Amino acid sequence: MLLNFQRIIKSGAVSFWRNVWLSTAAVAIMVLNLFVISSFLLGNVVADSLLNSLENKIDISVYFKQDTEEKDILSVKSELMSLGEIKDVNYVSAEEALSQFKERHKGNSILLQSLEEVGDNPFEAALSVKTRQASQYEAVSLFLENGKYKNLIDGVDFRQNQAMIDKLTYIVGASRKVGGVVSLTFIFIAVLVTFNTIRLAIFSAKEEISVMRLVGASNWFIQGPFMVEGILYGLVASLVTMLIFAPVLSNIAPYLYNFTQSVDIWQYFKDNFWALAALQTAIGVSLGTLSSFIAIRRYLKV
Amino acid sequence: MLALDNVTLRVKQGEFVSLVGRSGAGKSTLLKLLIAEERPTFGKIFFENDDVHSLRSNRLPFLRRRIGVVFQDLKLLSMKTVKENIGFVMEVAGKGKEEIDRDVPQILDLVGLSSKFDNFPHELSGGEKQRVAIARALAHRPDVIIADEPTGNLDPLNTWEIIGLLTKINELGTTILLATHDKEVINSLERRVVSLDNGKIIRDEEKGKYVL
Repeated sequence: MLLNFQRIIKSGAVSFWRNVWLSTAAVAIMVLNLFVISSFLLGNVVADSLLNSLENKIDISVYFKQDTEEKDILSVKSELMSLGEIKDVNYVSAEEALSQFKERHKGNSILLQSLEEVGDNPFEAALSVKTRQASQYEAVSLFLENGKYKNLIDGVDFRQNQAMIDKLTYIVGASRKVGGVVSLTFIFIAVLVTFNTIRLAIFSAKEEISVMRLVGASNWFIQGPFMVEGILYGLVASLVTMLIFAPVLSNIAPYLYNFTQSVDIWQYFKDNFWALAALQTAIGVSLGTLSSFIAIRRYLKV
Repeated sequence: MLALDNVTLRVKQGEFVSLVGRSGAGKSTLLKLLIAEERPTFGKIFFENDDVHSLRSNRLPFLRRRIGVVFQDLKLLSMKTVKENIGFVMEVAGKGKEEIDRDVPQILDLVGLSSKFDNFPHELSGGEKQRVAIARALAHRPDVIIADEPTGNLDPLNTWEIIGLLTKINELGTTILLATHDKEVINSLERRVVSLDNGKIIRDEEKGKYVL
């Protein structure tokens, strides 16, 4: 049993080496395949964090009437916090709003002067609310406008931002969907091409396989070496893919960061190096083994 | 197309049986049926008590390991060297590494191929390939050897050596089924000869001659 196992592994390795051009072709196709899969994976990470940072930039503000007491506002805040859809609620008192305004318009003396003339603090205390998903703003603003706190609330600026938020929600949703479909399609094609390459490699050995059957080899003894070859395709391919990714990503990363301001793909690659390597190896090896296994079966009927 | 017809043939353990007949008489078909390379539309083939064609696919290898075949078209493993071709059947038969390392050179020496150890089949001449095929059929010491025109590509000297080898193996107890066109070989063997014509046995003689 153990002896057969050793023989199978040796035979597969020898065959991998002897048919080095065939192996190179199969490995190259598989590298392409892993490259496509990993690119979509990394692309997804970039797109996700880009979309998240966009989503993070959206919030709505709830303005309270001038005479609302702070404890009422804080109780609205804690009630909002208890809702599942809410990611973050930030309380900005009237005084803070005023000083923020002054800070922002430091250089604009006319504006500041007219503010002096108003005398009183014209700002209202506000809660700025962030939801987990852009699509949830509508529900939150309806809850605030029609709920038990509606008498405290002067206004919710959702209506003013609605068009922008809707658009962003749509873009985020659509790009996730399109991205998903496109990646799945490409991955499907890549898998198919890999499978066919291995099938062709085995097709070229079909005489060999039937002879092995005729001299009394068991199916496992025939299949084994081909599956070992499949495993080797996967191992070599994932190694090569990682070796290609490293320099490519370290070069792209700064540009990508400049563009998105939020994604450091090189850092992500380094942090997830082993996970990515393991994933590629797992995909490569299982694809190689499974393809060999399926492709060889029809020639074992002798 | 009808290949072979009404054969009924029984071969006893330890016999040396020659099959003769014109091309197309059904010699090869008969031999292919024995190892289930082809399946009969009717009729049965028994190896000891096993009906060869009702054996399950995963039992078939065990039967085939007991039969060494020199195929008419040789069927060498083209991606393996001479040494590995012979080693392979021995591995399949479950022989250990020491036995393989010891026997393979001996067997190759026996068929006069010791210098072609690490060559691939496509690097050999027709006669050399045929001798590899013969060596492969003997290597794992099967109970039965089936040889389909094993001397077709050999010069007279080599032919006699191979036939001598088969006779010797037969004397050690291995059953031999030999299909051949070689009149001189048959006549000098003085063993059982079965003549086939059109799928029927037309003659079956204990110490036969080549008559058609």
